[in-house]
Amino acid sequence: MSKVPYEVQTEPVQPLSVLSPDGEIVNKEYLPELTDDQLKEIMYRMVFTRTWDERAVNLGRQGRLGFYAPVSGQEASMVGSVYALNKDDFVCPGYRDMPQIVWHGLPLYQAFLYSRGHQHGGQIPEGVNVLMPQIIIGAQILHATGVAMAFKKRNEKRVAITFTGDGGSSEGDFYEGMNFAGVFKLPVIYVVQNNGYAITTPFEKQTAAPSIAHKAIAAGIKGVQVDGMDVLAVIKAVSEAAERGRNGEGATLIELLTYRFRPHSMADDTSKYRTKEEEGEWSLKDPIVRFGKYLEQKGLWSEEDTARVKEEAKASVNENIKKAEATEKMTVSGLIDTMFESTPQHLEEQKADFE
Amino acid sequence: MAQMNMKEAIRDAMRVELKNDPNVLVFGEDVGKVGGVFRATEGLQGEFGEDRVFDTPLAESAIAGMAVGMGIQGFRPVAEIQFVGFIYEALDQMLVQAARMRYRSGGRYNAPIVFRTPFGGGVNAAELHTDSLEGLAIQTPGIKVIVPSNPYDAKGLLVSAIRDNDPVFFMEHLNLYHAFRQDVPEDAYTIPIGKANIVREGSDVTIIAYGAMVHTAVKAAEQLEKDGVKAEVIDLRTLMPLDIDTIVASIQKTNRAIVVQEAQKTSGAAAEIIAQINEKAILHLEAPVLRVAGPDTVYPFAQIEKIWLPSPERIIKAVNNVINF
Repeated sequence: MSKVPYEVQTEPVQPLSVLSPDGEIVNKEYLPELTDDQLKEIMYRMVFTRTWDERAVNLGRQGRLGFYAPVSGQEASMVGSVYALNKDDFVCPGYRDMPQIVWHGLPLYQAFLYSRGHQHGGQIPEGVNVLMPQIIIGAQILHATGVAMAFKKRNEKRVAITFTGDGGSSEGDFYEGMNFAGVFKLPVIYVVQNNGYAITTPFEKQTAAPSIAHKAIAAGIKGVQVDGMDVLAVIKAVSEAAERGRNGEGATLIELLTYRFRPHSMADDTSKYRTKEEEGEWSLKDPIVRFGKYLEQKGLWSEEDTARVKEEAKASVNENIKKAEATEKMTVSGLIDTMFESTPQHLEEQKADFE
Repeated sequence: MAQMNMKEAIRDAMRVELKNDPNVLVFGEDVGKVGGVFRATEGLQGEFGEDRVFDTPLAESAIAGMAVGMGIQGFRPVAEIQFVGFIYEALDQMLVQAARMRYRSGGRYNAPIVFRTPFGGGVNAAELHTDSLEGLAIQTPGIKVIVPSNPYDAKGLLVSAIRDNDPVFFMEHLNLYHAFRQDVPEDAYTIPIGKANIVREGSDVTIIAYGAMVHTAVKAAEQLEKDGVKAEVIDLRTLMPLDIDTIVASIQKTNRAIVVQEAQKTSGAAAEIIAQINEKAILHLEAPVLRVAGPDTVYPFAQIEKIWLPSPERIIKAVNNVINF
């Protein structure tokens, strides 16, 4: 059947992949330039993040952490994307994106405080360019757009990056943000971590579009689809998008195809909507295994290294959860004083009930 | 001094602040080249350039959300939402994201944003152009709410709002944009946020009002004076935070009060004002505090809005009820 000439192109795109599941380079021209030390650092962060995730789930069961969205499976997507940025680039995360802001500079104990529902978790240290995780799906997309607008107005060579999931791409704010970025040609990167499910709702029930990357067409920005289990492909795509932003070439939508090995949240039961076969297929693409094979072939990594990093990560998690638990308790007066720059009379009066 | 109507005074406030502070930016739908659907930003793009005063795509959530992102980077956005009914599209960004920024970051970030929007009845506008939605913002911790009633206040309050380091919802009554002129200083000056103004002194009853209802209340007070009743009229100017001290001081003198608002009876600010009067001045009251407000219906179609809106007659009736209680 011949194509209607005015029909918008809807063919599926081919995701960018650099590593095969066996750790072989399959797309040499997209191999990012990284030193051996950098490659090892990326692996360190991914193993650390996996260990932290495992520990966090246990800490949650023990009641030592509160709200927590598991990340296992998404290490390449999370670690790789911020690794590709500079320290002065700005990260607007969604609620699952704690690893990105921790690797961008937020102390781990503050991430734990955020999980425990302590205000100090959101008191980002000066010089760390992140917002705290956003609960309203889509809101962070507009914040990143505004941050990018600020960078552009000040002629700063910085980019903003924001993260949402496949479900988030159905929100109005997702489209509005990309559309503003298109019109104003903003240095911003919209990352959609497409793990196939929004809680229990599969991708096919979010959109009939062949990919989320296609949605960039509606905003007139660049859209790419990347193997989100391949950390080198993620780094390549985000680096290129950042460079485009810094060079005044505008925004990029990056769809990262990934999978969460764990439930959506601690209250979720994946057996009701996922099959063992599907989970098994994705586990073959484990980003840590795959990247580990690549590094082993290069003589840069061994099982002993993995074991060592796991121990380091466990020790760090222990230390940081203790620090979180030892943080001074919050007070209502303290909360009242953070509502406004100067506290209005009615709030001053309401403090009296709690003193 | 120059004679200005309220629209011109509002424009002048933005002009002086664009001049004073390079971080002030003005944007929204049609605010740039043409200067706004009410010309409240007319000439500003010509004077300050497209970098400072610019049009946006038609999307209220993104206008407000972009303001939040720019606010945490140190800019001072003055974002216009073209008509009040469209703030529903932007409520998450205005009342959740901007209003909570300081709190949820423990003071690390703030949202020094002014959300300007026209509202208010009596001008035969289309649906959802005139609703009084101040109550939504009053009930949301973290955002201040200002409703000026005259050119002088509008300029001083808007300058204060732009300089405030927390988000402000600045509501401009459509019926007051061109209603009258007043002497307005040409330089920047401020009126403190959270301070009411006694626009007419009296000793028999306190009429508390804001926005266009201040003028309706003054008309009623003039009529009441002919009948020998001296009404004190308070223009709240700011609804959040509320100047309860000025209200209580007036009631200590008059022992009677009514609250007049254009919003529906269970919306707006009146119920909160009365609750605070109960807490702080009950022993000074000779009668219950009554409300004069729109009925609890959807804001009416243009054909009957003049009957729907509170009138001097309804205010006089309420005053007589509290006096004869």
